[in-house]
Amino acid sequence: MTHFLLNGEPVDIDVEEDTPLLWVLRDNIGLTGTKFGCGIGLCGACSVHLDGETVRSCQTPVGDVSGKQVTTIEGLTREDLHPVQQAWVEGNVPQCGYCQSGQIMSAAALLAENPDPSDADIDLAMSGNICRCGTYGRIRSAIHRAAELMSEQTDVVQHFDPDDPLVRRVS
Amino acid sequence: MSGVEITRRKFLVGSTTAVGGLALGISFTGQKVEALPNVTDGALQPNAWLQIRPDNKIVFQLDKTEMGQGVIASMPAILAEELEVDPRDMVVELAPVHGDFQDPMQMTGGSSSTRTRWDVLRETGAKARTMLIAAAAAKWEVPLDQCVAREGRIHLTGSDRSATYGELANDAAKLPIPKEVSFKNPADYRYVGKPLRRVDSIAKSTGTAEFGLDVRVPDALTAVVLRNPHFGGPIDSFDTTEAEEMPGVTNILQISAGIAVVADTYWHARKAADKVTVAWNKGPLEHVSSDWIRSTWEEQAKQEGKSVRSDGEGMQGLDLAADVTTAVYEVPYLAHATMEPMNTTARVTPDSIEVWSPNQGPQIVQSLVADALDVPLDQVTVYSTLMGGGFGRRGIPDYAVDPVEISKALGQPVKVVWSREDDMRHDYYRPATYNLLKAGVDDRGKVQTWTHRIVAPSIMATLIPTMSVMAPQWMPDWLTTLLVRGAGSLMKTRDASSHEGAGDHPYQIDNIEVEHVYFDPGIPLGFWRSVGHSQNAFVIESFIDELAYKAKEDPYEFRRRLLAGNDRLLTVLNLAAEKAAWGTVKDGISEGIAIHESFGSVVAEVAEVSVDNNKIKVERVVCVVDCGLAVNPDIVKAQMESGIVFGLTAALKGEININEGSVVESNFHDYKMLRMNESPKIEVYIIPHDDKPTGVGEPGTPPIAPAVANAVYAATGQRIRRLPLRLS
Repeated sequence: MTHFLLNGEPVDIDVEEDTPLLWVLRDNIGLTGTKFGCGIGLCGACSVHLDGETVRSCQTPVGDVSGKQVTTIEGLTREDLHPVQQAWVEGNVPQCGYCQSGQIMSAAALLAENPDPSDADIDLAMSGNICRCGTYGRIRSAIHRAAELMSEQTDVVQHFDPDDPLVRRVS
Repeated sequence: MSGVEITRRKFLVGSTTAVGGLALGISFTGQKVEALPNVTDGALQPNAWLQIRPDNKIVFQLDKTEMGQGVIASMPAILAEELEVDPRDMVVELAPVHGDFQDPMQMTGGSSSTRTRWDVLRETGAKARTMLIAAAAAKWEVPLDQCVAREGRIHLTGSDRSATYGELANDAAKLPIPKEVSFKNPADYRYVGKPLRRVDSIAKSTGTAEFGLDVRVPDALTAVVLRNPHFGGPIDSFDTTEAEEMPGVTNILQISAGIAVVADTYWHARKAADKVTVAWNKGPLEHVSSDWIRSTWEEQAKQEGKSVRSDGEGMQGLDLAADVTTAVYEVPYLAHATMEPMNTTARVTPDSIEVWSPNQGPQIVQSLVADALDVPLDQVTVYSTLMGGGFGRRGIPDYAVDPVEISKALGQPVKVVWSREDDMRHDYYRPATYNLLKAGVDDRGKVQTWTHRIVAPSIMATLIPTMSVMAPQWMPDWLTTLLVRGAGSLMKTRDASSHEGAGDHPYQIDNIEVEHVYFDPGIPLGFWRSVGHSQNAFVIESFIDELAYKAKEDPYEFRRRLLAGNDRLLTVLNLAAEKAAWGTVKDGISEGIAIHESFGSVVAEVAEVSVDNNKIKVERVVCVVDCGLAVNPDIVKAQMESGIVFGLTAALKGEININEGSVVESNFHDYKMLRMNESPKIEVYIIPHDDKPTGVGEPGTPPIAPAVANAVYAATGQRIRRLPLRLS
């Protein structure tokens, strides 16, 4: 039994301790915002925060997160969009969108540590995240914009609608 | 007229160029007229695209599938413009298979979505608007011209009176569909031509967008499939004793594609699969390796090919030339490497077959599944999901069959998930090709002769046998086989995707001969973003650059001279040179230019490159596109950025190698991707137009490889004629 905090809520999970956190999140808990891309920690699609640091959840055995705090893309969004998400929407960043959960988690961790990153800082922090649609330029701009939003502490954020019609549910 | 009769009427649907010519001319007639999607009482539903419900919900069925290219935003906007409603107020649903959407096949590719849907979506919007106005006029007993449509309501001019579309839908649905309608003046457009935000951005920025891999069907098991890495090879033997004891495993069974390991979760299935021991037979392609291919096509290039273009004296023109330049260009196989690996979920019961699949061709999914289970097409329901990238890979949805076979065998829903390794080693690859070019340039710089012998396989010839299941069900098997065999051998020399962009290059040269020598090593082939253009633009635009230096002329000016009179291309080329300030680069930077027409659009790109320790870095790309009317300029811009990064990744890194008939590369450590720190600054300029839209998803890709290769030559004097670009 592994116990940890997931997006602020306590979780007890009874799986083999070497099971990657990615598959515990997706298959056992049912949080599918964190994506599977390569399974060897090279694409960043599975990025989550472990005690505030970006980790690749496909390379993190669930046993290693015992007693720690895990934040996923679902945890980044509470009532309102996180400034990084707000900047992503404003800048029309996502194309296919599959890598963007991981991109956003990496960007949010960067900004938490460095509120005004340079292009070089961004390159360093973000080069572990692959985007096949080539949204890199927009991601770079959106991170600068998110930094601005965070410094303004603006409360003009777009409301998150969980009933977004694009979310096709299986009944 | 009853609602049913209205639903049977079809608006005119323009013809399509499907992915690289996938439209085979096999028709799908004989299908019965189906009910429209989600039929609701009292709704105005002039065809399968649009439904205006009495509760004022306006539903748009997106028949083209969304893989990142933005049809989810641009297509609804086209209809909404004529309907006079904000497209963001419409509900977009990913459409089921439906007769209205087939032209002749329901699929997404060939950068064709916006251009082939432009007419029908405008017409649908305008007809529905006209009917709503007529319904309001009848209800209020006023002349038609006193009723005006605006922002989802019909207003009575000179009064406060208005009604929502929903309130009028029931009455409007009872009216005949007008034959003639008037369209808006483009000057009055409020949504088309405007950079509207994508409607899927929030879902895709919050982790709530549902991709194929995220589909959760109750009680579904997860399966992984072990496939023979050697193409076409069977299984000699396998042992599952140890695997069966692994936690969570429910079943291990042999299916058409290989050995399926089924468990409660992906991780349990994957760990158990590692314990299966298999002796793979090396199969019919054991002799095929990258080295074998390279030595063989050199031999193949010595023979004459099938002529695909012959102008003037053709090959004999070389005799007229005093000074002949000869060059050999080679490109490798490439994998698509979509971020979301292949997957599909299926639920097969005695009564129904349901498939949830990220795909570029729901009708192809339906056909493949119906064929695998030997059931009629209408028993198979396909739910298309969002795709984590497509790039042509998901136009061949072979991956949809595995879960169907397993679910049928187990009587339980099953999701099949491919690993990255499965995905990379079982792709349908961009063909590797060999190109022998010769050109004669006289002492005044005039190109007298151009000959190009392309040694390449044919995508269509390899695909047609598997496409036989797409033939109409009324066609007897022997006829299908005959047609497919005939078409397959015909395709070997007539498949445009082998020479598109090369046979029809735009440069004015008196004597041109372009030939195709058919040579197929047997590796599975598919449509890779921009298809034949992806390699042929590199070959043509690099060789033209060589000839410019031969003629001792600036590469931009040389192209201008050979394109004289071609106003559309010149406009694009000139603007690219102007925006890049061609001829004035900073120290340490070199520039290269290329232009290419594909999918109805023209794109020119100028690449600014630095070279340090034989390492190529692309610093900046200036891109100019003529894509007709830009329905959503920001999406056009995004697609150019995307196409450039995609093409640049291939130009600098992309190479799939073959050994013993199997793919050597397996994941992102040996099939590398361009990353943030290597990504250039990209500027995109769009030539303004009021005309119809042309392709956008692919045309940004072809010019980048030659633009970079040409800049590398300018920087180093090394002409690299083989992709990926490597300096020695």
